[in-house]
Amino acid sequence: MNRLAVELPGLSLKNPVMPASGCFGFGREYAKFYDLSKLGAIMIKATTLEPRFGNPTPRVAETPSGMLNAIGLQNPGLEKVIEEELPWLAQYDVPIIANVAGSTMEDYIEVAKRISQAPNVHALELNISCPNVKKGGITFGTVPEVAAELTKLVKEVSAVPVYVKLSPNVTNIVEMAKAIEAAGADGLTMINTLLGMRIDVKTAAPILANRTGGLSGPAIKPIAIRMIYEVSQAVSIPIIGMGGVQSAEDVIEFFYAGASAVAVGTANFVDPFVCPNIIAELPTLLDELGFDHISECTGRGWNKGGPTVYCGA
Amino acid sequence: MKTEQMTIVHQEPIAKNIYKLTLAGALVQQMNEAGQFVHIKVSEQANPLLRRPLSLCDINKEASECTILYRKEGAGTTLLSQKKTGDAVDVLGPLGNGFPLEAVQAGQRALLVGGGIGVPPLYELAKRLVNKGVKVTSVLGFQTNEAVFYEREFAEFGETYVATVDGSYGMKGFVTDVIDERGLSFDVLYACGPKPMLRALEQKFPNKEVYLSLEERMGCGIGACFACVCRVPGSDTAYKKVCSDGPVFKAGEVVL
Repeated sequence: MNRLAVELPGLSLKNPVMPASGCFGFGREYAKFYDLSKLGAIMIKATTLEPRFGNPTPRVAETPSGMLNAIGLQNPGLEKVIEEELPWLAQYDVPIIANVAGSTMEDYIEVAKRISQAPNVHALELNISCPNVKKGGITFGTVPEVAAELTKLVKEVSAVPVYVKLSPNVTNIVEMAKAIEAAGADGLTMINTLLGMRIDVKTAAPILANRTGGLSGPAIKPIAIRMIYEVSQAVSIPIIGMGGVQSAEDVIEFFYAGASAVAVGTANFVDPFVCPNIIAELPTLLDELGFDHISECTGRGWNKGGPTVYCGA
Repeated sequence: MKTEQMTIVHQEPIAKNIYKLTLAGALVQQMNEAGQFVHIKVSEQANPLLRRPLSLCDINKEASECTILYRKEGAGTTLLSQKKTGDAVDVLGPLGNGFPLEAVQAGQRALLVGGGIGVPPLYELAKRLVNKGVKVTSVLGFQTNEAVFYEREFAEFGETYVATVDGSYGMKGFVTDVIDERGLSFDVLYACGPKPMLRALEQKFPNKEVYLSLEERMGCGIGACFACVCRVPGSDTAYKKVCSDGPVFKAGEVVL
């Protein structure tokens, strides 16, 4: 028995660990370090209809236990991803989850329709939550009706299951998740980065050229855990959890909160071997915790702890 | 290109906020080019989170040691400066593409121009050029007297000029002023330093062979995060990554 194998809509994963979109390019850089077939899946960099250069530099700024980024969805465009990146990735025995982004509904639909037909794309991740692009991006991710409409339209054209990536930059993430589930999404991925900012003490200027950026890394893990904990109990579609994962223990914590698989983002930048290392450590950790299979961990945290105490409003 | 726990052999301050760090480890055997860099994790904790890209100043394969000169500036480099002989540091590298030695022939003259913390990678370059029989002239620019380092070390390889912006040491002004005033001539120019300096050199010598090493904020250091991209002249979408396509580019190859 493969104790780490996970079945999700469209995805037969040999293990539940995958690099998160935007933190792994299209895999070429990491293939110099290890065999990409070791990964459960790969969430490739967001693809838009036309090539995008992205934002001016500086595009990253470090924060306590985290980093801000404002890359701006730089990517070579749909054509190149279909003709060059996906065929290159096909040499590896690993399902691809294609992250789809755009400025208009029509963009999303066109990219989703065509990229979902690539043979190694097993699922789509609808990027309605990028905080770093002026048009589109996050507006699709903050208004439930708009997110639901987009989900529905993409579902109609996609040849593979559709996961929707949720933004934490909302007042009520459960409401958003429910609207997206009702619109027919096959799964959720969460969370995207939190909108943040840093200002240089000497110059008083924002450090990022884009002024604001998305916060990621261990700093956001507690927020991801809380949101997955809430959303997973309110919906019945599976969740791929992300936000500050850097160890096998973190993977288990995300499962306890309600995730069925986990993506690793920023940690890839710190340690290129982090994904295979986590995968290698998971069986020992399952032994220590007394689980036969990783799936037993999903939602384990739901009915634990005392009654919820609300402080303040 | 891999990660290794390298051991600190020696660390000392050599100028104001400038530290000389010597590391030992098998990784040195993979360090083949002057101008490459390593990506160092200064803490085992999540804070500070990212690695620090630091250029190689001296590569000694025989002793399996490499030397890095860095400026103590933020929390990360402060932590690094507190490490002691015998401590281990997590090093990813060697990364990037170095200065092309083949651009200059034995008997020809190379001009090496460094600004501030851009000076260190030129040291290994000077060493290799002299070994090849190339004549080397070095121009080193610093802000002020206290920030000057490695003048003597460069002088071992050839004529060396130092300039400070405030005139407190060497000639007053910028590296370009030194080149003008001394009428320095060369076949190939190699430079590393802040962007305004690189831009000035590029504009000054449009018809010469010029190689520039860029400094940029980095995330991963291996080309995956797209933090350190720069534009390619004449295109809206074409780009190069400083970490993996550079950090050394031929003048005109990227928009500075």
